[in-house]
Amino acid sequence: MTQQFYVSPEQLMKDRADFARKGIARGRSVVVLSCREGIALVAENPSPSLHKLGEIYDRIAFAAVGKYNEFESLRQAGVRYADVRGYSYDREDVTARGLASVYAQSLGAVFTAESKPFEVELAVAEVGASIAQDHIYRLTFDGSIADETGFIVMGGQADAVVNALKGRWSAEQDFGDAIRAAVDSLRYDGGTTSEPKAHLGSKTLEVAVLDRDPLSARGNVRAFRRVGAREVDIMLDADRASL
Amino acid sequence: MLPEDAAAAIGRAASTSFSDYIAAQNPAALPSARNAGNHAVSGADLAPHATTIVSLTYAGGVLMAGDRRATMGNIIASRHIEKVFPADMFSVLGIAGSAGIALDITRLFQVELEHYEKIEGTRMSLDGKANRLAAMIRANLPLALQGLAVVPLFAGFDTTSRIGRLFSYDVTGGRYEEQEHHSVGSGSVFARGALKKLWKPNLGEDDAVKVAVEALYDAADDDSATGGPDVVRQLWPVVYTVNGAGARRIPERSLADAAGEIIASRSVSGREA
Repeated sequence: MTQQFYVSPEQLMKDRADFARKGIARGRSVVVLSCREGIALVAENPSPSLHKLGEIYDRIAFAAVGKYNEFESLRQAGVRYADVRGYSYDREDVTARGLASVYAQSLGAVFTAESKPFEVELAVAEVGASIAQDHIYRLTFDGSIADETGFIVMGGQADAVVNALKGRWSAEQDFGDAIRAAVDSLRYDGGTTSEPKAHLGSKTLEVAVLDRDPLSARGNVRAFRRVGAREVDIMLDADRASL
Repeated sequence: MLPEDAAAAIGRAASTSFSDYIAAQNPAALPSARNAGNHAVSGADLAPHATTIVSLTYAGGVLMAGDRRATMGNIIASRHIEKVFPADMFSVLGIAGSAGIALDITRLFQVELEHYEKIEGTRMSLDGKANRLAAMIRANLPLALQGLAVVPLFAGFDTTSRIGRLFSYDVTGGRYEEQEHHSVGSGSVFARGALKKLWKPNLGEDDAVKVAVEALYDAADDDSATGGPDVVRQLWPVVYTVNGAGARRIPERSLADAAGEIIASRSVSGREA
């Protein structure tokens, strides 16, 4: 009979966490930020079809970094959760808090029980009637959940991007300014020690927004809207013209 | 550990349908979960019944209109009911038949389309939508045989071929594409007669709205279960248009004008019909 070596729980959890962190840091960063007009989601993503940002429900969006197959299955599960809940109760009974809490439970269970933790980090964002009512939840691979205000950065060298964004972001910005601030900050994705990268263009960006008042702006209750490559180009060009 | 057959998951992923998912998870939540039991009586007069819907194509799109009455036997159950709904950005749905079940099917259908759009990242084709609705009507067949039938009318803008198309259904879930115009519900024969005389190819949107309101007026004239324009309560039909820009509800004001014009012209001529 073979006997397994004893590994202390501390060591086991640490190994798993290191493994997950390594996987997440390999990816490019994603920025989610609140502003006057709503919540903007900006990701560095060269693929136009394999999305890192997605719509969950009327006022709720999803953003993720890490392994595509893992966060895609979590995204689809989130859409199912929201649609089942909205169908069996009412549309307004679907909240980011509820969704974030089931995500946290699922991530936590996988982290402790499965042979390998999810190598993902998620954000669930819900746009409110005012910036004070916005919710941005950050969920990490071990099931930790944090309720953040303002903005969050996930994946890659997130700390360097956070530092860059601190000086550029403000709550009064409109979508154009917020997205420009996020795109500028994503240049520091390589870390604080290396030189910032060249300006990102619409070809390597995925941008989406949650409109604060979609009903009066577009006659639709669904706040999520993908910002097309042309619109992104126009936003970024406005920046360069003002320089 | 790998699941027994990892490739089997690929086959299961073929359906991203919300109604299939809910049928597996919580079948009691489906509209077809109602079980009327094995009774000899018909349920037809027990629950409100929604009546006439008309739909017609016009230059650049398709339009759908419904009156505002629901009946229960000889009683008017509602004067305010709305029976035409946007299904998604490019399609609308009108319902005739047992109102409670029809409203449930409408809600399920709306979630079905939105769910597909979110999971797949792209909209379902118009034919795909028409087929999904057919499946929901088919599931209602046992209740239809007990007098609780739902007969929808479905219209949408085909974003591939850039035309408005409309589909009718029977209680078995049979799906039929209609040309030019169609109507369903108790007043549909009268509305159809009116549409045959009033509809012309390439109607403008305003004219199409007038034609639809007049067809419903004629249906209400001869069918007691169809409500006409109600000037006392200021109630007008619900009208949606769908074109390349999406589905749009025609504002009350335009409908009041259209209805006013018809009433005025018929009063002036002073004839029986």
